[in-house]
Amino acid sequence: MTKVYVSSVIPAPAAEVWKLIRNFNGLPGWAPFVAESRIEQNAQADQIGCIRNFTLKDGGRIRERLLALSDYDLSCSYAILESPMAVENYIATLSLTPVTDGNLTLAEWQAEFDCAPDREAALMQQIGSGVFQTALTALKQRFGR
Amino acid sequence: MVKVCQSTIIDAPVDEVWAILRDFNGHDRWHPAIAFSEIEGGDPVDAVGSVRHFRLNDGGELREQLLALSDKDRRLSYCLLEAPLPLMGYVASLRLKPVTDVDATFWEWRSEFSPPAHRRDELVKLVTEGIYRAGFTAVRNLLRRRNAGLLARAEASRAVAAPVLRADVPQALPVRSQNPSATTRAIVVERYGGPEELRLRDIALPPPAPDEVRIRHTVIGVNFIDVYCRSGFFDLLRPPGVPGMEAAGVIEAAGSAVSGFSAGDRVAYACPPVGAYSERRNMAPDLLVRLSDDISDEIAAAGLLKGVSASFLLHDVHAVKPGDIVLIHAAAGGIGQLLVQWARHLGATVIATVSSDDKARVVERLGAHHVIVYSSENFADAVMRLTGGRGVDVAYDAVGNDTFAGSLASLAVRGHLVSFGQASGPVGDWDIGRFASKSLTISRPNYAHYTDTPEKLSPHVARFFQALREGVIKAEAPTRYDLANAADAHRDLEARRTTGALVLVPGS
Repeated sequence: MTKVYVSSVIPAPAAEVWKLIRNFNGLPGWAPFVAESRIEQNAQADQIGCIRNFTLKDGGRIRERLLALSDYDLSCSYAILESPMAVENYIATLSLTPVTDGNLTLAEWQAEFDCAPDREAALMQQIGSGVFQTALTALKQRFGR
Repeated sequence: MVKVCQSTIIDAPVDEVWAILRDFNGHDRWHPAIAFSEIEGGDPVDAVGSVRHFRLNDGGELREQLLALSDKDRRLSYCLLEAPLPLMGYVASLRLKPVTDVDATFWEWRSEFSPPAHRRDELVKLVTEGIYRAGFTAVRNLLRRRNAGLLARAEASRAVAAPVLRADVPQALPVRSQNPSATTRAIVVERYGGPEELRLRDIALPPPAPDEVRIRHTVIGVNFIDVYCRSGFFDLLRPPGVPGMEAAGVIEAAGSAVSGFSAGDRVAYACPPVGAYSERRNMAPDLLVRLSDDISDEIAAAGLLKGVSASFLLHDVHAVKPGDIVLIHAAAGGIGQLLVQWARHLGATVIATVSSDDKARVVERLGAHHVIVYSSENFADAVMRLTGGRGVDVAYDAVGNDTFAGSLASLAVRGHLVSFGQASGPVGDWDIGRFASKSLTISRPNYAHYTDTPEKLSPHVARFFQALREGVIKAEAPTRYDLANAADAHRDLEARRTTGALVLVPGS
């Protein structure tokens, strides 16, 4: 089991950041590498079990199932069903925690997955920096003051 | 019930912040409201269930109990047991998370409690601002001060480590290179823990104060007390700090107010403050011992603390007389070997215990009358058999938990148990009423109380050196470790892999 953990401080109140994060169909609105997204089967984006089907700007297609969404804990978990990355049992959680000092937000994004041993380092780099940190950095800039 | 939650971002790596916060007894070193804190009953600071008893600057006293501690989640929970304020049912926890992109730390401090309704707002404000937010600021300031110190040290060490640069930038360096001793290599304990916390570092070494001398160490003694300092059992060392209380060396410089010592004198010491695990150090000369030509640096560094201890244990704590029967535990250890030889010389019958057959042979050669391998037989039974059911007059026990009960059982009527260490753990609680069954005496001597003035110390030093000269005690050559490998020395000492003394030698 491989684990990836990335975190950043977003310069905005947690409730405000959560409005953006909570939309499981909203990646194109803030993740710079996502081109378009739809929810399969005409489900609602906050319906647990719904599947988002999105294309990356490099052409890749990913399908992910919403496993958990909490407006109380400000967290969202999902599993990869299909992706160009050779990963199995991939489950990720994106969660927000208020920082009372300055009214900021700690955003944490972590994933666990299985993969071929020789691919592990490259995948950790790709997921940790290429995906999670890139998206969190975009969030920081979006709310930057 | 009210809940309070405060959080902040600290501009330091999470492990650095955790090292400060996980010390349940360390809050008096950073929180501005706290004057003094101690752990009750000598429990380790990281033992879940331990109770800290602390006093605020306004005089109020509180007791809090550690409920949970996790190095995995970097979380610590505690509750209030007693307080001068009605914070009823107060349970708090603090946790840290790394901020990975900028190597900073998220710190959350939360609690819940049930205040009386009319004092609710006042108490919430006190907890929020007076405790949590003030704590955030204090830790931030502590880290800032510490990092400023580290930077200064790093700069100084760079100046020493790279003399080649002098040719390249002649005008920039003379100020720094004027004093080539501005740093020294030392073993630094950044936080309490295992042998792995003993790390070699360059640290600042200012010129000696007017009442200090600077010593260049040639050989450094390793003692079990250093393990207690490293682990935090004794607070003689406050991290970050340099352990070690015994060494021999040469005086390099003396402050203007020092008389009686000057550069070039050969000296040794066995006393606080800690700081001996270093190439050089400054210290007050009050308890320095001058070495005569027939006492080598190695013998002094390996033996002074043990020799002085053996002297007061056998002469002051209990005056051993001819005909006494003496039980000595860990007899193959550094101090054990001295006790065996010296007690025999004083005319006592010596019964020694050791953990292995190899060590038994060592102790027999030293002159013990009887040797018990306590891993293969019950030593208290053996003592009673050897003494015809009488028991011993005095038992010297620095093993602690594993032997304390057996030592009591080995004593004769009016016997004396001298408990001077606890290598295997604390001895626990005992009902002293039971000691009446044999009119027993228990002593728990503290090295400092027998040696903390020149007047107390010098007779023991003189007696120890005289015993060495006369061959009453023979000091075996100690096992040598490079100063950089101090962690190996501690591992070997704690694993009981050693016989005789251990020393550290500063590298060239």
